[in-house]
Amino acid sequence: MTYDIAIDGKSYRLDLNRTDGRWSCRVDGREVEVDAVLARPDVLSLRIGNQAYEVKCERVAGDMHLWVGSARFAAEVRDPRSLRGRARAVDGHGPRKLTAPMPGKIVRLLVSEGVEVEAGAGVLVVEAMKMQNELKSPKKGTIRKILVSEGAAVNAGDVLAIVE
Amino acid sequence: MFKKILIANRGEIAVRVIRACHEMGIAAVAVYSDVDRASLHVRKADEAYPIGAPAASESYLNITKILDVAARSGADAIHPGYGFLSENAKFARACDDAGVTFIGPTAAAMDAMGSKTRARQAMARVGVPFVPGTSRGLESFEQAEEVAARIGYPVMLKAAAGGGGKGMRLVHAPEDLKSSLEGARSEAERSFGDSEVYIEKAIINPRHIEMQVLADEHGNTVYLGERECSLQRRHQKVVEEAPSPIVDPDMRKRMGEVAVRVAQAAGYTNAGTVEFLVDQQKNFYFLEMNTRLQVEHPVTEVITGLDLVHLQIRIAAGEKLPFTQDQVMIRGHAIECRIYAEDPDDNYFPSPGKITLLLLPSGPGIRRDSGMYEGWTVPMDYDPLLAKLIGYGTDRDQAISRLTRALNEYFVGGIKTNISLFRRILSDPDFRAAKMDTGFLDRLLKQQRPETAADPKATEVAVIAAGIFAVLGAAAAGAGERPVATDSANSKPTVASNWKIAARNEATR
Repeated sequence: MTYDIAIDGKSYRLDLNRTDGRWSCRVDGREVEVDAVLARPDVLSLRIGNQAYEVKCERVAGDMHLWVGSARFAAEVRDPRSLRGRARAVDGHGPRKLTAPMPGKIVRLLVSEGVEVEAGAGVLVVEAMKMQNELKSPKKGTIRKILVSEGAAVNAGDVLAIVE
Repeated sequence: MFKKILIANRGEIAVRVIRACHEMGIAAVAVYSDVDRASLHVRKADEAYPIGAPAASESYLNITKILDVAARSGADAIHPGYGFLSENAKFARACDDAGVTFIGPTAAAMDAMGSKTRARQAMARVGVPFVPGTSRGLESFEQAEEVAARIGYPVMLKAAAGGGGKGMRLVHAPEDLKSSLEGARSEAERSFGDSEVYIEKAIINPRHIEMQVLADEHGNTVYLGERECSLQRRHQKVVEEAPSPIVDPDMRKRMGEVAVRVAQAAGYTNAGTVEFLVDQQKNFYFLEMNTRLQVEHPVTEVITGLDLVHLQIRIAAGEKLPFTQDQVMIRGHAIECRIYAEDPDDNYFPSPGKITLLLLPSGPGIRRDSGMYEGWTVPMDYDPLLAKLIGYGTDRDQAISRLTRALNEYFVGGIKTNISLFRRILSDPDFRAAKMDTGFLDRLLKQQRPETAADPKATEVAVIAAGIFAVLGAAAAGAGERPVATDSANSKPTVASNWKIAARNEATR
């Protein structure tokens, strides 16, 4: 199986196959000796050569992060044969969603639909644990849609607005 | 002894008190707000009663509702924990009136400590040291000059009606006093409509050290040693330790005896804490008394071998202190980290949400007081304290190395926590050398974090692990987002088809 794996934005080609419980693995064409045991859901005990690692997987709102020791890596797994996977790699074009990074309450809308915004401009204010946080536009564009109203309770990952 | 205790709190402290109840053969009654039904304290209690809406005023601060649960459950005592109603004299009085024992000091003792001016007068009578200066407004520049010369520079001018740093001036030398006084007065007048300004000795880079006291209802008061709480962010304690690295037995005795006098002057009973500001010459000055069990009480428990919650309950039940001052021994060193649900990379903004993965540290010298569990959703309505991790050892160095090791074992996935901040603090050379003051953490956080380039080896490990998790699919996923793939969670890990993986990637986009 071949994957394009982006770690903190940098892409690696990974060839991974398993036969009889043994993994064979190539990272960017280079062979790596790997032995893996799933210790429990989201926790992998890895041996690379004789080095032992405990890798934790964090999945929140569709994002995947991997922890190797105390280092955290944003990971994105793409199947190079998937067309949409490729489309995703192109950034800055098309609509972008503004999602809630945490559960909370919408206390204020700072813009309305149809308004032009700069990248980083405040779109709305979410309150959680008695603190208010301004959520900013992920890109320069037009506020295509606002999907929440003031006072609404939202969950992490909920789409709040779309900027195009 | 009590048969049943109601715990008027939530989170880790409610769990802590429930545990003490069970250790003493006492039934524990939990109360919970609408968002806390699934909280750990409800799971651990013998009885649990809903008390309403998430807002604390509708639930954990609602005296009527809590006393109603006490009556319905037949609880004979209430433990308030810390925060919420713990320092509310009105609540202590209402418990009295309802015939339920409040586990804590009397309402009168709380009142005596609640009013700063009254507390100051009572304390001054028994020789408690305050930061030198005038407690009343200055009448003239000449008076300011005279007082400043007497207490010594640097001095601080403060607006009597002040707050938020307005009307405050730090004066280093006599020649700056006149202009500073005029400036402070006009700023105070503009900000508060009151130009009254008083003068205090400025304590530069003070340490915050507090003394634990315990008093029974038979006139016995003891001190249990100090805690150093100088590591604070925005006046919120972050790391506490006991004993303080700068307090020697003689200083401990002097501070402890002052703390006992403070408690006795207020007619104080049960557990309390006397806070001091300590200057660079190790002079200590009374700040205030906290009339409750402190968040950081475990470090004192660890080094004294005493259980403060057990003792609180025994004292409230009318028992005598089971030991004297001479029998209090301090052994080893303990450090506590307050694990908060907040994001160190986003200005410590609170980070509630679902805990998708929780790996717990254990082993020698580790104590964990926690209110969280894997799969639990941290509500957004309360203080973000999740747990306290305490490391202890023969000496401070060993406590630090055990704590560092335990922090590396600790993993909280799905939400952000400040665990990485503690790694930074514990490895800081000044912290290791115990060179601390209340400004330490703000200075540390202002420093640019050393840009550590990603270890290429760790990056490769992440690449490989990402691929393996993709192959294993849903079966390898924990309490977090379930991929929408059709593999059932309990099926054996199978090599998923590329179609499935593609579908899953689409679905989670």
